[in-house]
Amino acid sequence: MTWDWKVFLNDDGGGRTYLEWMMTAWGWTLSVAIASWVVAMIFGSLMGTLRTLPNSPWLVRLGNVWVELFRNIPLLVQIFLWYFVVPKMFPAMKDVPGFVLVVLALGFFTSARIAEQVRAGVQALPRGQRYAGMALGFSTVQTYRYVILPMAFRIIMPPLTSESMNLLKNSSVAFAVSIAELTMFAMQAQEETSRGIEIYIAVTALYAISAFAVNRLMALVEKKMQIPGLIVVGATGGGH
Amino acid sequence: MFGFDLTFFNWDILSRFVINGFLFSVQLTVIATLGGIVLGTLLALMRLSGSKLLAVPATIYVNGMRSIPLVMVILWFFLLVPTIIGRPIGAELSATITFIAFEAAYFSEIVRAGIQSISRGQVNAGRALGMTYGQNMRLIILPQAFRNMVPVLLTQTIILFQDTSLVYAIGAYDLLKGFTTAGKIYGRPEESYLLAAVVYFVLCYSLSWMVKRLNNRIAIIR
Repeated sequence: MTWDWKVFLNDDGGGRTYLEWMMTAWGWTLSVAIASWVVAMIFGSLMGTLRTLPNSPWLVRLGNVWVELFRNIPLLVQIFLWYFVVPKMFPAMKDVPGFVLVVLALGFFTSARIAEQVRAGVQALPRGQRYAGMALGFSTVQTYRYVILPMAFRIIMPPLTSESMNLLKNSSVAFAVSIAELTMFAMQAQEETSRGIEIYIAVTALYAISAFAVNRLMALVEKKMQIPGLIVVGATGGGH
Repeated sequence: MFGFDLTFFNWDILSRFVINGFLFSVQLTVIATLGGIVLGTLLALMRLSGSKLLAVPATIYVNGMRSIPLVMVILWFFLLVPTIIGRPIGAELSATITFIAFEAAYFSEIVRAGIQSISRGQVNAGRALGMTYGQNMRLIILPQAFRNMVPVLLTQTIILFQDTSLVYAIGAYDLLKGFTTAGKIYGRPEESYLLAAVVYFVLCYSLSWMVKRLNNRIAIIR
């Protein structure tokens, strides 16, 4: 087998090279991932927090239903639901662009996983933290804002990092509703050029680079937010 | 409600379009879980062997697989396997091979964590009894490790079952495809997506509920 990397300089029939097309597709992948990440973080933090509230059984139930609903349906099916079913149910959503619908699908899907992590992070804190907030005369909101959540988020940075990388990888499922992202490019360019291996290698490399960048970025945030001596993650239980 | 008509989905349509797809999804999940656990255990043992010659390739394989989207892995295998074996293969067979290879990477991380959760004292006890490495693994470490891993392995299997829907990328006939095919033929695509979502939800929710119960029981035993 011979390599033919020049395939990326060929015209795709629309006045641009395959390389330019791939870079645009990479941009779409990153846009979908970043926008979904914002949605996932907002709803994940909110729902995860609701599930830990001490005296609001209905809000806890709402959080639980949210998580179970978005966690137990495959992402691809959820994307189809947002793309085909939701606009039919609510005619007002007919003019919403496909990009937004995919972002909502991927964002809500990931929010269920993040909510689970936030809940675990809050519950990992000693109960005394909550009492300390109450003893200071904080309201529930203030206790969460100033005492519990700042610590919980620091605890869950490692799983949050891997979930962010998962989100980037999951953005590839957007190909199913023809979002012009990397996987869509890979499938179409493979068919048009018959140089599948070169195309796939390039696309795979871009995914790996992006995932690595997410990993480094989250590590940077984790380091910046670190409070020395406050929480030691992963350094316990070393002695057998 | 909302202009949907779900009544057209009768037993006839289910048995003609959906059952076959459902059976393939289940079959794919079971084969990939078993194959993935076997291959994943091998990979984990390679990484823990202490020999660089074994550990480095296994590490590259596991981290490589885990940094690529599953859809791309599915596309890769669909492109490469026929080139390697020299004849075209069906989407279903290609999907099966892909999922075993892909899940092996994830299962190997679970198995590795499981083995590492067994205390050093157990390893030393086995060696003090004069057991070889293989005997020690087979008789002392792995049985305990697998019992600790059962809930995580089952959770991974539920995720795997959801992921099987991604064979959509190469057109294999799974549960989702069964619904969409019926929806297309009868001109009811939206309803078929909705029903597919309900079926996946009911299956995955009941499975994860059972895993949660099992988890509680195991927790008491420990």
